[in-house]
Amino acid sequence: MTDSQTDTVVQLSGVSKVFEGRGQKAARVEALSGIDLSVRRGEFISLIGPSGCGKSTLLRIVGDLIGVSDGTVMVNGKLAREARLAREYGMVFQAPVLFDWRTVQRNVELPLEIIGRPKQEREARAREMLALVELGDFAGHHPWQLSGGMQQRAAIARALALDPAILLMDEPFGALDEMTRERMNLELLRIWERTATTVIFVTHSIPEAVFLSTRVVVMSARPGRITKIVPIDLPRHRDVETREMEHYFELVTEVRESLRGSEGEAVDPRRVAAEGLSA
Amino acid sequence: MSTRRRLRPALGFLLIVAILLVGWEAAKLLAGDPWRFPDYGFYWDPPLRWKPVNDLNLPHLWTIFGAFWELDAKGETYLSSLIGAAFFTARESALGFALGTGVGLGLAIVLIHVKVLERGLVPLLVASQTVPIIAIAPVVVVGLRAGWFGVAIVATYLTFFPVTIAAIRGMRSADPRAFELMRSYAAGRRTVLRKLRLPASPPYLFTAFKIAASASVVGAIVGEFPAGIRDGLGGALLQAMQYYSFSPQDLWAAIAACAALGIVAFLLVVTAERIALRGYRPTEDGARA
Repeated sequence: MTDSQTDTVVQLSGVSKVFEGRGQKAARVEALSGIDLSVRRGEFISLIGPSGCGKSTLLRIVGDLIGVSDGTVMVNGKLAREARLAREYGMVFQAPVLFDWRTVQRNVELPLEIIGRPKQEREARAREMLALVELGDFAGHHPWQLSGGMQQRAAIARALALDPAILLMDEPFGALDEMTRERMNLELLRIWERTATTVIFVTHSIPEAVFLSTRVVVMSARPGRITKIVPIDLPRHRDVETREMEHYFELVTEVRESLRGSEGEAVDPRRVAAEGLSA
Repeated sequence: MSTRRRLRPALGFLLIVAILLVGWEAAKLLAGDPWRFPDYGFYWDPPLRWKPVNDLNLPHLWTIFGAFWELDAKGETYLSSLIGAAFFTARESALGFALGTGVGLGLAIVLIHVKVLERGLVPLLVASQTVPIIAIAPVVVVGLRAGWFGVAIVATYLTFFPVTIAAIRGMRSADPRAFELMRSYAAGRRTVLRKLRLPASPPYLFTAFKIAASASVVGAIVGEFPAGIRDGLGGALLQAMQYYSFSPQDLWAAIAACAALGIVAFLLVVTAERIALRGYRPTEDGARA
């Protein structure tokens, strides 16, 4: 009992979120309803579902970037707000959101600056993180001098700088081309193995979710609910060959079918078709 | 190649000035007063007559140029007295610019954090800028005992507003996710201001600084009128206006001095911008430099 408690990083109970429409015409939107989920330390959880199913909202609720309408969010035994104030989160967005005026090195130093670490420690830590994402040679560049994939790696280095208990990633590779995306998937797994951090990852790519995760959380739209949780029992260490395993395809199919089963009118058939091709 | 690139805008500027000057004399050739050069035995009677380009309203360029070398009672050329006046006015406008950008930036920081004030105060600020400066200047200058500091305050009055508006825009220009990122680090308002809002602003601020640089020169010149200050360009203009009917070239020479000061102020800001924005994402505008 105690063991499983200390091992739980995120505990969502009965979480719901309603966006009250402002003005007369804006409708009241029930974004999330009755979400229960617990994430153990070291897990890699993907949230997947049709657009508008509230997966990004759920991620922001875990990170205390927006509040809940009902229910509780516990992170490391604390309320989400307390966890945020204790700087337990690393955030990665779909865009890198690096600061133009800072070099890559100083972008990674940013969170360390905010918590007031001394200069030497900041520099050493940032160098270490940049080496981890293989950007050591680009420390002195400005973000706009790097490619999209490199920028996103810098953003991951920044997110890891504070050694967060949990890494929240909102479609971090959604804007990258397919080849870069697959390479970034491998790199993310390598980083995840080395840092042993807990990851919650929002995506709308089924192959990506299956390849990366220990569990895939399938959601439906309006209101956003969890319809199924698919455990991914592939070997923990994954590489290029994992994508060719038969069991990988079975899991991709399983996730796809549970998505189809849960699908509201919000599923975009073109997207499903595109994912079928890339799988 | 890099020097050629740097020279190109300067050449463009000179070309346009040359075209304007040629146009100026061409108009006089066509519709001005008769050209008389008895020393060279040259006389030209323009085929048309148009009042705006006669010798009183639009003196010949060489007449204006000659005005610079006229000696005053102290044996000083008009050019050197104008240069002295320009330095005097530059001091007023520099202080006005500094105070104006300080006030403008400070005001923007307050407004961005207190929404109620923004809604209440911005319309008032807009109203303040629609009152002609010529009406405000005596109030400020006389209230502050007509010193050059009072004149600088008039320049401040013209300077702060574009800075406030640009700073508000600039401090809100960052990606909303950058603010989420700062929130995820539990960064306070002050940290967000220092690490995100302020450093995101310069590309917007410099646009305002360019407007403010010219405005501060105008403010300083106009401020000198009611102050009765005779040491600056405002004083020089006032004096030249009195003698306009028999020596219009003096006013034109003083106007040229004011324009030169305005251009210098603008170029200083442009240079500062090039240096300050080196780390920022290049834009179409910046790529040219």
